[in-house]
Amino acid sequence: MTEASRQWPLWEVFIRSKNGLDHKHCGSVHAPDAKMALQNARDVYTRRLEGVSIWVVRADHVVASDPDAKPEMFDPAEDKIYRHPTFYKLPDEVNHM
Amino acid sequence: MYTQAMDIPSPERDEAQSARGPRSLKEAEYEAEFDAKVARGEFIEAKDWMPEGYRKTLVRQISQHAHSEIVGMLPEGNWITRAPTLKRKAILLAKVQDEGGHGMYLYAAAETLGVARDDLVDALHSGKAKYSSIFNYPTLNWADIGVIGWLVDGAAIMNQIPLCRCSYGPYARAMIRICKEESFHQRQGYDLLLTMMKGTAEQRALVQDAVNRWWWPSLMMFGPHDKDSTHSGDSIKWGIKRISNDDLRQKFVDATVPQAKVLGVTLPDPALKFNEERGHWDFGPIDWTEFWYVVNGHGQCNRDRLADRVQAWEDGAWVREAALVHADKQRRRDRLAA
Repeated sequence: MTEASRQWPLWEVFIRSKNGLDHKHCGSVHAPDAKMALQNARDVYTRRLEGVSIWVVRADHVVASDPDAKPEMFDPAEDKIYRHPTFYKLPDEVNHM
Repeated sequence: MYTQAMDIPSPERDEAQSARGPRSLKEAEYEAEFDAKVARGEFIEAKDWMPEGYRKTLVRQISQHAHSEIVGMLPEGNWITRAPTLKRKAILLAKVQDEGGHGMYLYAAAETLGVARDDLVDALHSGKAKYSSIFNYPTLNWADIGVIGWLVDGAAIMNQIPLCRCSYGPYARAMIRICKEESFHQRQGYDLLLTMMKGTAEQRALVQDAVNRWWWPSLMMFGPHDKDSTHSGDSIKWGIKRISNDDLRQKFVDATVPQAKVLGVTLPDPALKFNEERGHWDFGPIDWTEFWYVVNGHGQCNRDRLADRVQAWEDGAWVREAALVHADKQRRRDRLAA
């Protein structure tokens, strides 16, 4: 493969909109290295004060759960309603607990 | 806008149709689950199972939308160095930069469907992929920049707001981001025109001339009439398209007529008349011959626009290449130092 036909790798972009909040995924950019990925992410995703901090992660370094395995992954929590506070019915006088 | 391309036949579309041949039982089960999810108004995400036709339709629509944003930088870029004041120049630069950003959001959304960005860009450059035909009209005077913001971006907003609720998550999220920014585009255009209308008679004439040229092409941005738009069926079923071409066009006309009045310009349609019975503005017939002529590559600027894009891409090749080589070298050095 020649250099000209090699595409810049893909980076996933996460932005913290302000201190006190989590970084949130907002999209992706292509860039040859981490430094330019940050630069491109800034130009593409924060033109209007959308962020105070940016993370970029090579897309091929992200490990994701398999959407087809959703039942095995997430269903076991469905029948454990006793994990939620609303499961417990308390006397009216103290129910705001 | 850009969903116009939905209704334009293409070889890719025919492929998408024929991809729906005999299916395995497993696939039929998946498809039933997919249909139910969409019917419930749930989002489909990148790695979820989806019918091949859905995926292909999205790749085509999102990438053509992205191409439109990128090509859309050209008619306005033409005026950056000629903006009348520093303020207008800064505003126009920001707007053109936004269009580039919109293209990037959309290419990124398309890539979640398993296509490579370079292949999408190649499809544009080889003429295989379409972009919105509105950008094949020239920007002849400064008022054109205002009218593009007011009418062209106004029509785009009408078209794009329903897309914020489309069934494909990455596309819907990109559209939310885009719609927020488009509002600035439309308002700065109208503001520019208001300023010109307060100027000399000659300036007012420039505004009217630009409105006369852009009005009909803006109406064409919504695509063919519903009765001629034979391909929207799947898109509506799949939750990609929410409102029909004619309904959107009517909404745009109804919103724009009072704005023209405030501005003090006329719209170039003698048939424009409020219909009490319908509660909407009636308007005259659209020249679809012109529309298809431009879509099929014979507009005033088709050739220039594509040639400019290809040249920009080719002129930048050495930069993309050098950046990769530099990144490789840095990695090698880091390894040696470690």
